[in-house]
Amino acid sequence: MSELSVNHLLGIKYLKPEDIELIFQTAAQFKEVINRPIKKVPSLRDLTVANLFFENSTRTRLSFELAEKRLSADVVNFSASSSSVSKGETLIDTVNNILSMKVDLVVMRHPKPGAAYFLSQQVDSIIINAGDGAHEHPTQALLDAFSIREKLGSLNGKKIAIVGDILHSRVALSNILCLQKMGAEVEVCGPSTLIPKHIRSLNVRVSHNLRETLDWCDVANMLRVQHERQDLKYFPSIREYSRLYGIDKALLDDLEEKIVIMHPGPINRGVEISSDVADSDQSIILSQVENGVAIRMAVLYLLAAKRKISFSA
Amino acid sequence: MDKKKLLNARSIDITLNRLAHQLIENHDNFENTVLIGLQSRGIYVLDRLVPILEQFGIEKVANGTLDITFFRDDFRRRNSPLEPSMTKIDVLLEGKKVVFIDDVLFTGRSVRSAMDAIQSFGRPAEIELLVLIDRRFSRELPIQPDYVGQQVDSLAGDRVSVEWEGQDASENAVYLEFAENE
Repeated sequence: MSELSVNHLLGIKYLKPEDIELIFQTAAQFKEVINRPIKKVPSLRDLTVANLFFENSTRTRLSFELAEKRLSADVVNFSASSSSVSKGETLIDTVNNILSMKVDLVVMRHPKPGAAYFLSQQVDSIIINAGDGAHEHPTQALLDAFSIREKLGSLNGKKIAIVGDILHSRVALSNILCLQKMGAEVEVCGPSTLIPKHIRSLNVRVSHNLRETLDWCDVANMLRVQHERQDLKYFPSIREYSRLYGIDKALLDDLEEKIVIMHPGPINRGVEISSDVADSDQSIILSQVENGVAIRMAVLYLLAAKRKISFSA
Repeated sequence: MDKKKLLNARSIDITLNRLAHQLIENHDNFENTVLIGLQSRGIYVLDRLVPILEQFGIEKVANGTLDITFFRDDFRRRNSPLEPSMTKIDVLLEGKKVVFIDDVLFTGRSVRSAMDAIQSFGRPAEIELLVLIDRRFSRELPIQPDYVGQQVDSLAGDRVSVEWEGQDASENAVYLEFAENE
């Protein structure tokens, strides 16, 4: 297969394992491209991409923008703080306005779950979900899974732990779906207040003991404590969270197996992960960032390939 | 479909040896030369040329492989996109003499894409083209090879295929398959 089964990237939920495999294979080639002396290919030179960020983001936006520019696409950026959303315009009106300016692809982050799906039903454009509320963040899950596979050779049968704030995390849900589709086993670990009640319906293991989780897993993905999403206190203090659910070097060295440490960023150093762990040779945090650009190039390229060029009026 | 054998294993051997000699004539000790096999089928020609050159006393033949998928001019025009293969070029090509190696030269479009793609690794002093089979009269772009194994006269609908021992056949051979008459 050399074509995706989907026309948009709305969530991992809609992807088949073969789609994920195709994205990985293509991303591996783009990873070589971004390590060339001249890191650019002309594939998307006749396409325009709009990055619509209705919610703050630095790295995801930067990563998407780099991916688009490396593919030679024209790029326009839009962020909620500087837009007419604050003046009361609806999502469809905002996007239709932008599409009238002949935009081919839309990369969107939005605080409401399902916003990307809703948009894909309403407008004629390729939609890529760059995060919709606490729902999905498919490119992050793809780059995480790609990074694990690069490090361990395969995902099949591997044991992956996702530690921390599962409740507010779109990274967690997309990761669980993606890893399971590629044959890995997933355990979530965190304080019971930060683990959603029905998470077991996704067939994941649940733990509240970090040490037991680390003894079990091959890879630990340490999620960030999302202070900004927490409208009430989910744990007594940062210090207590860090003692119970943070990894430091002493804990890492005490484990029998040499596990892989991941973090989607931005890191709260000293909270979920200590500095010496983040910078250790077991951490693949920076290769996650590099792979992020390659994965996003692959997604953009494969979705654009499905939109055939038309010379009729 | 009628199928005719154009070259057998022995004649491919002789041809590859001749091409190696012609390369040595122009590139002396290959000090400033890099051979680039074009993905996906050109790499098999490269894989066989390098040992012959070494056998003739060239000590180090710098070489690599180049994939042109992202530089093609038919992206979003084909029904199904092509899958990219590995590019592996470990040397900087700035100021180097580059020789593209491919199995069959047909429309010339792959070579045009390759000339674009190679610039990502620096600006070569010159680029030459070596092909095992030249389907002359089928060109869509003004591109001609510098080293030719064999010229073949064929119609656009015909198919020329090169099979390699250990890859897709029990022995090396070049076939010409004629298009069905309608």
